Amino acid sequence: MSESYRWVSRPGNIREDRRFVTGRGRYVADITPPGTLHVGLVTSPYAHARITGVDASEALALDGVVAVLTGAELAKDTDPLRQYLAVPEVQWRPLAVEETRYAGEWVAAVVAESRAVAEDGAELVSVDYEPLEAVLDPEVAAAPDAPLVHPAHGTNVMAHREFRWGEVDAAFEQAAGTSRVRCRWNRNSTVPIETFGVVASWDRTRDLLDVWASIQMPQFPDQLAHALRIPTNQVRVHFDVDVGGSYGVKRGIKHGVLTGYLSRMLGVPVKLIEDRTENMHGGDFHGPDRIFDVELAYTADGVFTGIRIDVIDDEGAYPGRSPLQLAKPIGAIVGPYRIGGVAYNATAVVTNKTGQVAVRGFGQSPTNYAIEAAVDAAARDLGVDRLELRRRNFIQPEEFPYRIPSGTEYDSGDYPAVLDKAEALADLAALEARRDEIRASGRLAGIGVATCLEPGGGNAIFENVMNPSNDKTTFPEGCRLRVDADGQVTAVIGISSAGQSHDTMVSTLVGEELGRDPRTIAVIRADSLTGMPSQSPVGSRMTIVLGQAIRGAADELKAKVAAIGAHNLGVSPDEVGYDGGEVFVRTDPDRRLGWREIAVIAHRKQHRMPPGIQPGLEVVHVAHTPRSGTLAAPDGTVQLYPCYSFEAHLVLAVIDPGTGRVELDRYFIAHDCGTVINPDVVRGMVYGGTAHGIGVALYEQFAFSPDGQPLTTSFMDYLLPSAHEVPDIADAEHCTPSPFTSLGQKGAGEAGYMGAPAAVAGAVNDALAARGAPPIHALPIKPSDVWSALRATEEQGEK
Amino acid sequence: MGSRHEISLVVNGEERRGTAPARTSLADFLRDTLGLTGTHLGCEQGVCGACTVLLDGAPVRSCIVLAVQAEEREVTTIEGVGGPDALSPVQEAFCETHALQCGYCTSGMVLAAQALLDADPDPSREAIDEALGGNICRCTGYVQIRAAVERAARTLAEEAVPHE
Repeated sequence: MSESYRWVSRPGNIREDRRFVTGRGRYVADITPPGTLHVGLVTSPYAHARITGVDASEALALDGVVAVLTGAELAKDTDPLRQYLAVPEVQWRPLAVEETRYAGEWVAAVVAESRAVAEDGAELVSVDYEPLEAVLDPEVAAAPDAPLVHPAHGTNVMAHREFRWGEVDAAFEQAAGTSRVRCRWNRNSTVPIETFGVVASWDRTRDLLDVWASIQMPQFPDQLAHALRIPTNQVRVHFDVDVGGSYGVKRGIKHGVLTGYLSRMLGVPVKLIEDRTENMHGGDFHGPDRIFDVELAYTADGVFTGIRIDVIDDEGAYPGRSPLQLAKPIGAIVGPYRIGGVAYNATAVVTNKTGQVAVRGFGQSPTNYAIEAAVDAAARDLGVDRLELRRRNFIQPEEFPYRIPSGTEYDSGDYPAVLDKAEALADLAALEARRDEIRASGRLAGIGVATCLEPGGGNAIFENVMNPSNDKTTFPEGCRLRVDADGQVTAVIGISSAGQSHDTMVSTLVGEELGRDPRTIAVIRADSLTGMPSQSPVGSRMTIVLGQAIRGAADELKAKVAAIGAHNLGVSPDEVGYDGGEVFVRTDPDRRLGWREIAVIAHRKQHRMPPGIQPGLEVVHVAHTPRSGTLAAPDGTVQLYPCYSFEAHLVLAVIDPGTGRVELDRYFIAHDCGTVINPDVVRGMVYGGTAHGIGVALYEQFAFSPDGQPLTTSFMDYLLPSAHEVPDIADAEHCTPSPFTSLGQKGAGEAGYMGAPAAVAGAVNDALAARGAPPIHALPIKPSDVWSALRATEEQGEK
Repeated sequence: MGSRHEISLVVNGEERRGTAPARTSLADFLRDTLGLTGTHLGCEQGVCGACTVLLDGAPVRSCIVLAVQAEEREVTTIEGVGGPDALSPVQEAFCETHALQCGYCTSGMVLAAQALLDADPDPSREAIDEALGGNICRCTGYVQIRAAVERAARTLAEEAVPHE
């Protein structure tokens, strides 16, 4: 590392942890204002049905039930929830109106004195349905004669974009060979341990809706106000609420609109805490559900020249923001490889399933999986070692910044060095020897490899890529720094956190910038009306964009401190230096003024203030996302995210041939996110994201029956990895600083998850290949899939 | 709603009383009646382990134990393990290894680890996985949690050595 820091990059001192280990976190379920009523939900038992009648009389007769609200009643006074595509006929509402479009969709809400009574009441609401034909398969849904999820829209295809960048036709025409894979990334999600919850409280004397929510979402306050048809300055979302995990999905806009409406209607606080089944099937919190067809073209030497990626994504019934997840991967569409020509055809369709939402990486991890599956296929077809083939095609360290065909410039990286680190960490020769020993013992074993990117510093330019009529380019973060008359520093941010240790990150960065001990810096969350513009912690962006805001605020604060110091030292501001809060005369460093004294002057001694300087020591800086501000060109080329972290995975999988069960024996990652703010936090992200990716690769799927009934409604059938399934993971960090951020940092919040699904699948396929079985290209790889693949191979052998 | 019951039990060493319908879970009773919100609900189906508390010293999922079943018994919640100024060795180790992120599963995880170390002061790696296997963490990938349990075991072993 070229820079040396006083506090940045040092381990430990994670200030949030003490609060959480003592159970003193404050989650939304812990917030119950006096007089709060609770919501129970009536949900659709059909994947697609017409609502012909709702009878709430029995529910209303139950002791403790206060009100029942139907979709038709709610729709009269509210607007539909935001769609990001230009699809005005697709109306997404908190409670279904006239038709339900997936099993589990909310149909009516019961409000009662307790959550238990509200649930009792929900069971007593009688709804008449007339079942309609449902469509579950995305490829069937895309066909012209398919049953329509939203008949008024005229098609189930919500978006279709075809992009071609670089010499893609020539690449395929002149290729010595191509490798092609069809991969299935089945429907899963992040499924946080805390379900979504919200408390809304309307104050009719002040015309103010107070909202406490388990939220991680850009523009949540604005969207609430718009749907409720009230001015945006009448919604105050409190961000000092701990979020019990999110990883992208905590976007309960419909929950917020429903409770906000009920609170206004009833004049009391209203609380909605999802139960687990509601969270898994009623919250519209599913993730990408994709079918890829990928073809990679290369020369006789195995040099990649072109890639074609066709993808169809099943958005579920209400597309919302989810189709934009097809556009973000455009910014890393060639992975870490030098590939000159790209064709990318992306289609978003709706089906009668739960709606989709943003999930960790916003579509990047599925695309990384598809690219890596094609690279592994090429290695098999060419008979070249998988690591060697990757090394042969890596963008080289001296080529940065490197512009990929789709217009994005990767900021920095050293992919060969990071892969070398992974290989050394794993002791690859020893790992291969272990694999071979296991094979010799009769079990199957395989090593998986993945090398891929994590775009960081999220902006929203994918909105413009998928919907050119949307010309949004601004996606800022802000920080307020205030120094009181005692010299104590407070940093104010306008976001909630879901485990990212933002208090630690902000205090460390503010401390480093100001030269003040981070332990003395308070970090406070403003609410949405008193805070600064913020887009929330999405897209691995906070150290980058909030880091930029902190740099800007610190620079402004230091300039003010220097001006006051210079004035009192009798010199001009350009004659002084700043050192840990003290201001000194550069030519005579013993002449100096202390931090505390400057703070007192700023707050209390107008007679010692330089003219034209405001009293107090308070600054607000709002920063743009680095490298943003440009719309996409008509061909879709655009600078997507500013920073590109890199990770290399090596994993050894062992398979029991009798049961098909996969066990991960060893797991190694080398990871480069530039300058690390806190190594313990970054390692935690890497491990956690990897575990999440292991779940995707081997266990997690929202499954449906052929008529659209959800088959995975609890943690007994939707399987999250436990300590039994996640092996020890060894992580080696590498640092290639970004030239575009305050201290060289890049994103880390989606690390591990970017490559783990590809690496684990690769390990299983390496094990299968050794037995002559074909690769499996659908996630999750279930024991039955492995067993079937082996069985088919055995039968083949017997013939 | 069913009948209401007077329930008296010992929570974190203190006698506590309250009334609740018969169907009320221990978790809801602790949270809603006694105000002990450190116990978190993740699935309410007895699978995720977030709501783990100790009942007479043994870990249970308080979402599938009825409050009335805890009558006259001793319950330990995260609030009874140690406060911010007096962390237990397990809590201290969780902080030192950063064995958490969002904190939601942490209460249950700390109590499960505590129960393990109470029964087995020098647990093997397999014993740790077995003890924590019913507690799901979505954030950490368990690596730093295992490290925390090992570290707490070492601390407790050092503390157990009699001083000269």
